[in-house]
Amino acid sequence: MTSTRPRPTDNGPRRPRDTTRRGTRTVRVWTSAALAAAAALAALLVPLLAPLDQQAVDLTAKLLAPSADHPFGTDELGRDILLRSVHGLRVSLLVGITAALVASVLGLLIGAAAGALGGRTDRLVMRAVDTFTAVPHLLMGIFIVAMFRPGIWPVIASVGLTHWVSTARIVRAEVLSLRSRPYIDAAVSGGASRLRVARRHLVPAVLPQAGLAAVLMVPHAIWHESALSFLGLGIPAHQASLGTMINGARGSLLTGEWWPTLFPGLFIVVPTLAIAGLAGAWRERINPRRRSELVL
Amino acid sequence: MSEPAPALELTGITAGYERRPPVVRDISLRVAAGEALGLLGPSGCGKSTLARVAALLHRPRAGTVHLAGRRATGFRHRAPRAQRTRVGVVFQQPRQAADPRLTLHDLIAEPLRATGDTTALPARVAALADATGLGTELLYRRPHQVSDGQLQRACLARALVLRPALLICDEMTAMLDASTTAALVAVVEDYRRDTGAALLTVGHDRALLHRWCDRLQEFPRERPLTPAP
Repeated sequence: MTSTRPRPTDNGPRRPRDTTRRGTRTVRVWTSAALAAAAALAALLVPLLAPLDQQAVDLTAKLLAPSADHPFGTDELGRDILLRSVHGLRVSLLVGITAALVASVLGLLIGAAAGALGGRTDRLVMRAVDTFTAVPHLLMGIFIVAMFRPGIWPVIASVGLTHWVSTARIVRAEVLSLRSRPYIDAAVSGGASRLRVARRHLVPAVLPQAGLAAVLMVPHAIWHESALSFLGLGIPAHQASLGTMINGARGSLLTGEWWPTLFPGLFIVVPTLAIAGLAGAWRERINPRRRSELVL
Repeated sequence: MSEPAPALELTGITAGYERRPPVVRDISLRVAAGEALGLLGPSGCGKSTLARVAALLHRPRAGTVHLAGRRATGFRHRAPRAQRTRVGVVFQQPRQAADPRLTLHDLIAEPLRATGDTTALPARVAALADATGLGTELLYRRPHQVSDGQLQRACLARALVLRPALLICDEMTAMLDASTTAALVAVVEDYRRDTGAALLTVGHDRALLHRWCDRLQEFPRERPLTPAP
């Protein structure tokens, strides 16, 4: 049965632009901000208030289910999972942010050099980029940490040295498009050296993009840190780290104790999604035409 | 040998971009010391490319550039700084020619800082701002906060700040209204009277170039222009 009402035509009055998308976006940004802030505060403050007693092994209290005393339960050595997770988050954030910074600064310098110098330097850098892209970077990261004694710095180095590639690509492309602007010509004509053109005109112009890439890198770096620790190659076992905790909980998962795996897992997933959500909002501001999707 | 060497001498210049056919084919021209030469040509005929070659910003595929009798082409990389700074350039579009992050003051002072000649920086910038009619208050704005005309004044000041012996104006006034055009032409004329600098202006406004320049030269047109759709 067909309706007798006139159907809206393409020329008819349209409904005002869909506002729900905008609404959900605001909610998402604020949720992300709140979660990220909570994670940062917890990671900064809790270890000061409740220092992690590494000796607090209590085998009589091992693998207790979540309760009022231990909201997230205890692990296979009777340690409180909530407290250990917060300490682990602190390590993860530290490693994630430092590694993302290392990777981004490397990428910025390498990409700017390739774009600004061009010619042989550019070809050399792009081949290096291809090479790094061809090898899975977790594998490359494992190779790097395997050369050192386990600890925080090898993990930072391994993530930093394998993740400059994407930033370098972005920066190089941006620099190439800027290089043909007349204001670069004007600077060259005014006697500016290559280094000065790069420092004064090119790098400041790509900083917002590079900064965004750096923030997007943080969750990724955290995931890598956890993966390396899970494999037993990252943070040493006596230090609380989310990856190490999940690794230690593998046995108990099979016997039905889910909490030692789930809660540290949530501590990885929730803050990283929050950071990625914030970075996505920032990207929409820089480049509104691109739809936001989570990139990890 | 009493006659001084020409300020600019282009011999057999052929230039183009990447692997495309050349935009400028075998062009020679000469600007005598202290002379003002107007180069006329329709849009898209390669005037700007030739101006960039003359300003040592674009490497020609063939031909040589001499500035005041000294060879300025054939270097492995860019021409050396001492040669580049002998030429001041003003481009057609001030928006494209100004770094959006610099204030007008820094824009004008940039060449002084780049060459490390900062002793008289405040005085030089102030003098040029005054000459080009930029108020002190404007100097601390950024390009998006001023008009095209004001920005082009600042670009002209930047081109003059190193006291070049040759000034190249590539369609400098094409984007501007009549009064700003007159003001900028007056600034250039004052500068040339004070320093005896030579001038190469490139444009398609025959009446303006006729009034402004000592001599006009037509850009040789050997290719038909791209037909209008």
